[in-house]
Amino acid sequence: MTNILLFAVLPYAALAIFLVGSIYRYKNRGFSVSSISSQFLEGKKLFWGSQPFHWGLFILFFGHLIAFLFPSAVLAWNGQPVRLLILEIAAFAFGLSALLGLVLLILRRLTNRRVQIVTSKMDIVVYAILLTQIVSGLLVAYHSRWGSSWFSAFLTPYLRSVFVFDPQIDAIASVTSLSLKVHVISAFALIGIIPFTRFVHFLVYPVDYLWRSYQQVIWNWSRKHIRTSRSHSEGHKSKNN
Amino acid sequence: MDVRSQVSMVFHLDKCIGCHTCSIACKNIWTDRKGAEYMWWNNVETKPGTGYPTKWENQDIYKGGWEKNGDTVSLKGAGKFKGLKNIFHNPHMPVLDDYYEPWTYKYQDLFTAPEGDDQPTARPVSLVTGEHMDVQSGPNWDDDMSGSIDYARQDVNLEKLSAAEREAMFQLERMTLHYLPRICNHCLNPACVGSCPSGALYKRGEDGIVLINQERCRAWRMCVTACPYKKSYYNWNTGKSEKCILCYPRLESGQAPACFHSCVGRIRYLGVLLYDADKIAAAAAAPDDRLVDAQMDIYLDPFDPEVIKQARLNGVADSTITAAQNSPVYKFVKVWKLALPLHPEFRTLPNLFYVPALLPTMATVSDGVYNSTSKSLWNGVESNRLPMKYLASLFSAGDTGKVTEVMKRLMAVRLHRRGVTVGDLNAAEISQALKEVQMEPDTADAIFRLTALATFDERFVIPPAHREESIEMLENTGDVKGNTGFGFKEKPVRGL
Repeated sequence: MTNILLFAVLPYAALAIFLVGSIYRYKNRGFSVSSISSQFLEGKKLFWGSQPFHWGLFILFFGHLIAFLFPSAVLAWNGQPVRLLILEIAAFAFGLSALLGLVLLILRRLTNRRVQIVTSKMDIVVYAILLTQIVSGLLVAYHSRWGSSWFSAFLTPYLRSVFVFDPQIDAIASVTSLSLKVHVISAFALIGIIPFTRFVHFLVYPVDYLWRSYQQVIWNWSRKHIRTSRSHSEGHKSKNN
Repeated sequence: MDVRSQVSMVFHLDKCIGCHTCSIACKNIWTDRKGAEYMWWNNVETKPGTGYPTKWENQDIYKGGWEKNGDTVSLKGAGKFKGLKNIFHNPHMPVLDDYYEPWTYKYQDLFTAPEGDDQPTARPVSLVTGEHMDVQSGPNWDDDMSGSIDYARQDVNLEKLSAAEREAMFQLERMTLHYLPRICNHCLNPACVGSCPSGALYKRGEDGIVLINQERCRAWRMCVTACPYKKSYYNWNTGKSEKCILCYPRLESGQAPACFHSCVGRIRYLGVLLYDADKIAAAAAAPDDRLVDAQMDIYLDPFDPEVIKQARLNGVADSTITAAQNSPVYKFVKVWKLALPLHPEFRTLPNLFYVPALLPTMATVSDGVYNSTSKSLWNGVESNRLPMKYLASLFSAGDTGKVTEVMKRLMAVRLHRRGVTVGDLNAAEISQALKEVQMEPDTADAIFRLTALATFDERFVIPPAHREESIEMLENTGDVKGNTGFGFKEKPVRGL
């Protein structure tokens, strides 16, 4: 019963809350969607925390995504022991980098008076869940070797079964490794709290900056169109904001 | 030719008395809020001085503005690659202490202090943490501090001067200062807009005002660094950047912006400049010695029939064209050539121009004796107490010829008016001065009039936003039919 709740109900609850909550917040509470950076209040310590933390997570996120989307490719890569070791050690290093960054960020937030002022209750939740996630992930990687191989064979089928609405929880429920269970559960919990925390900022990561032109001019009401229009209908109303 | 209209500005530095009334007017209306206490969208600095935030002009520290890159320009410390690379930590961003920690006083203590031998005091408390603090600096901490070791001598514009020239500048007898009021320049090539990863910053097509969409700002903080004038500020409470909005709600209803309206010295002028948007890219990438001229070439003659025709085709309202023809800015900048942009080498093509200060009157020091007498009433502009090299570093990317020319024109007006009102000068000397700068006496009179006697309506020629349509500059009225008000529909509280 507990297993059904944790591995079949929780994922759907989390995903549903994530989807509905994020869209609602973006559409109706747009002003609150921000990375609410505190660099302005404290900039030096932030560097040593934020950089290793974000880059570590950034790489690990895509690592997990690739293992989920292209399991056979990962298995093929791992066919040679050297390549497996390279992958595992690199991934572990990024995990350590994220952990180190997170610890520094937590220390910074606890010790800097100015940063304390802008710390909300949800920030504490965010730190707690991230700490759980990263530490459990590192434990899994260390104790249950080699994760990059069995992830594809073992977790990918489970995750896929969740996404096709036919959750197969037998395999994951029979796992004895506590850290692995914690890692999976806290991952879903993390997804579920995205709309209620500063996590929303990674949903608005500005990829479109790459292809937009540097300068932006917004005509709120295109008089040019009205003046040059040959029809009787009103001019084109440019899209505003 | 892509003719557009730009609301632009002239500040006449000779008239600025450094009273900070403009700053207070702005502060009271726009930045008297939590998270914005440290912001001064309008501030007044003393030059020579380090300014606010400290050393903002030094782009070795802050990496603001554009730099020439062959035939084009690229952002110095931001841009697509650098911006996304530094998104987790922006290495060149000014932090609170580069501005100052805002504070208030515990006034209540004056009333509630227990009876004792000492006078009760109102201790300063931080507006960030709410705790007692020792005040370290303020937004105008270098006020009137010419010659000071910590402020005036740290002015980055002194770098172009030799050690001897610097020393001469700060001799007690000839030490001087002038004020430099600053607001957002609403540039034609804004670095803040270019640097914003979210695309929250934009230039309004109708009047060229540069704004930040608060709904789209995600606190990536790139605009704070990229603006070389440091006029984009980060609100640490809401987690959104903010900047001068040129009081657009006032402009749209035909009023001058608050800092303009309240200016005691009447140093400020506001009006429309028509410009050719096709020329922006080339002007921004002009070689250093051509920068000012290239920018001046962008602005068009509003009386030229071809310009008027193209402007109309582009949808510029007739009332705006009329405003451009009456624009005091057009006169100062293009016709009389008296106003220069601040730090054109930042390549943002700023639309705020300064008439440099001709005062104080020049004098020489010989054998340690301060000699204010000269053969003529005033010495030549070259013996100005502020060296031309220094002014050139401020207003013409180091081109002393350009500043000297402006100063000579200002001097010619002064000589001419002295001749008219007092009549104690040699007429030949006056006409020689006018001839040298190719100025007619009539022009000198007109300059004098707009400088010294101009009325409110002459100083601020605001293009009608067509009040009935002005709401449409913000939103489609059809979308919000039945609603009242505009702007924030939710409380601007910090996100989670």
